[in-house]
Amino acid sequence: METLKQIFSLSLILASFRFATPLILAALGGLFSERSGVVNIALEGMILIGAFAAVYGSASTGNPWIGVLYSMIAGVAFAAILAVVCVLFKANQVVVGTGINIFASGITIFLLQVLFGVKGTSPMVNRLPAFRIFGVRFNPITYIAIVLVPIVWFIFYKTPWGLRIRAIGEHPAAADTLGINVNRWRFISVLISGALAGLAGAHLSIGDGSAFVREMSAGRGFIALAALIFGKWNPLGAFGAAMLFGFAEAIAVRVDFAFIPSELINAIPYVLTLVVLAGFFGKSVAPAASGEPYYKGEK
Amino acid sequence: MSNFSAKLKSVMTELGLSLLSIIIALLVGTLFIFLTNKSPLDAYSALYIGAFGNFSAIANTLWRSTPLILTGLAVALPYRAGLFNIGAEGQFLMGGFAAGVVGFYFTSLPGFIHLPFAIIAGMLVGGLWGGLPGFLKAKMDVHEVIATIMLNHIAIALTINYGINYFRDTGRPATPKIMDTAAMLRFNQLADHPILGKLPLAELFNHPAIRLHLNFVLAIITAIVLWYLLFKTTLGYEIRAVGFNPDGAEYGGINAGRSIIVVMFISGAVAGLAGVGEVLGTHLSFMSGMDAGYGFTGIAVALIGQTHPIGVILGGLLFGALAQGGLEMQFSGIPSEIVMIIQALVIFFVATLQVLKVYIGKKKAKGGVK
Repeated sequence: METLKQIFSLSLILASFRFATPLILAALGGLFSERSGVVNIALEGMILIGAFAAVYGSASTGNPWIGVLYSMIAGVAFAAILAVVCVLFKANQVVVGTGINIFASGITIFLLQVLFGVKGTSPMVNRLPAFRIFGVRFNPITYIAIVLVPIVWFIFYKTPWGLRIRAIGEHPAAADTLGINVNRWRFISVLISGALAGLAGAHLSIGDGSAFVREMSAGRGFIALAALIFGKWNPLGAFGAAMLFGFAEAIAVRVDFAFIPSELINAIPYVLTLVVLAGFFGKSVAPAASGEPYYKGEK
Repeated sequence: MSNFSAKLKSVMTELGLSLLSIIIALLVGTLFIFLTNKSPLDAYSALYIGAFGNFSAIANTLWRSTPLILTGLAVALPYRAGLFNIGAEGQFLMGGFAAGVVGFYFTSLPGFIHLPFAIIAGMLVGGLWGGLPGFLKAKMDVHEVIATIMLNHIAIALTINYGINYFRDTGRPATPKIMDTAAMLRFNQLADHPILGKLPLAELFNHPAIRLHLNFVLAIITAIVLWYLLFKTTLGYEIRAVGFNPDGAEYGGINAGRSIIVVMFISGAVAGLAGVGEVLGTHLSFMSGMDAGYGFTGIAVALIGQTHPIGVILGGLLFGALAQGGLEMQFSGIPSEIVMIIQALVIFFVATLQVLKVYIGKKKAKGGVK
């Protein structure tokens, strides 16, 4: 009974929103890129560089909002690598995504030493102020994430832009025939995914905390990817999955279970994703052209 | 004869592509070194001296390349079957953990049983962790990239977060130290060995700083075995056929699903062996942080080696040298993370050049027909 009370307490649910924020943002970012047909396993690296850039921005100007701007620019810059190498040069998207993740780990620790003279944790910087709305206090990025969900849904299902992105992810050749510039839209979608993943990083470093810690993304880019799959490549589904995984993280941190060690609760999102992929809760199907570079004039 | 020269030409092209990407990566790397206000020439000479400056440095370059050769192979083999194994990290952890547990748990086994037992246990568990995504791919059409990503994180939760806490006996985040009977022979113990001490070069390795151990030999043997498997056996032919054209292979009577499961199992076992070596040879216990991203670096190693087992040995040696030399760079005030940056750059350039090669080849072929 005590455990149940702990699980369904208000503070735990609020904590879930906080934990879910970076997952929601990165999953929405992944949605843009994957729906346009570009596999994005570099979300992890984009979150990490975003977290670093946010701290750098806040440290160098004293204004955390500049940090937020920097985080999105850094995310876009990393996404540009993916876009140029994979969309323009048609290199293998998974290979390059892995490269970006290694690059992000390396360069953030490298820059920690060059810019701040430390190896593990940056100095404390100004963090984003928390706002109280309806008696709940969150940092602004959490509100942004929640507001973005219906907006992204609207873009994807109610605007011609969304239709184009979905079309080129399913059947690029057909979209091309209709006069849609496949590679331009893929480029744009990948850059948007970088901006959102960068913002997720800012939440970790200057929203939820006030410093950069090496490797602080800690697999969240991959959990976001899992949320995207679990939510069946749909913004509302991804939001629900991100909330579920955020809830799992909150439980792992705050609740003691007698029967399952808290270290293993962290693995729940990954296990659930495998179960879903194996088709136990209705199949989750990726966009058909996901991972395939598009060569104009073939097929 | 013309067949041989054509083959030689293609090998030289591949080698040239890899070398070109390394050179470009090192050149672009200088931009980052400039950020530290140090001279790139000093940085790279420190890197070279650290990796090859003396006999101990060379031996330790080999030591650092050991897990990289193995994880590189674990990526390269499935790549030939058209599968992308980014789960080497998890397979490494599961294999290393199993070997570590067997290594400390059995206290009274003789060495000639204990060590092989621990190695096989590690490879088996790694193999199962690799075979599982193979099974999911073959039977349930789950994409292996997503499945291996998920399994990596499940492995981290199981071994580093839960396993170590469950078994550890001190404050150190590691499983208890393994028994001596499960430890892999270190090259600097060769001179004291009753039989191997008679080897001509044994004395040379007798230096406490040398950390090279048996697993390097096992890694080289593994590479040769996989080369033989891939190019000289029916299974290897099947693997390559499935990678080339899965539907065509199926039509030609090859059971593609079975090949996928087998190849993922083997690759998991090989990645597991990398973990086994780190536990039984390097750290003498399974410890947090010992994976050091080897599974992901293995991707760079496999690509730079053009996914050919012998090429992977060369790729592993290169990245081993970078890792070993990076320490010397750190001493001279340049963050050793420059090595990770260079690794990532190598991945970008190999991936790009590879595509350009295919593209140019296609253009040439088209021109030929006209």
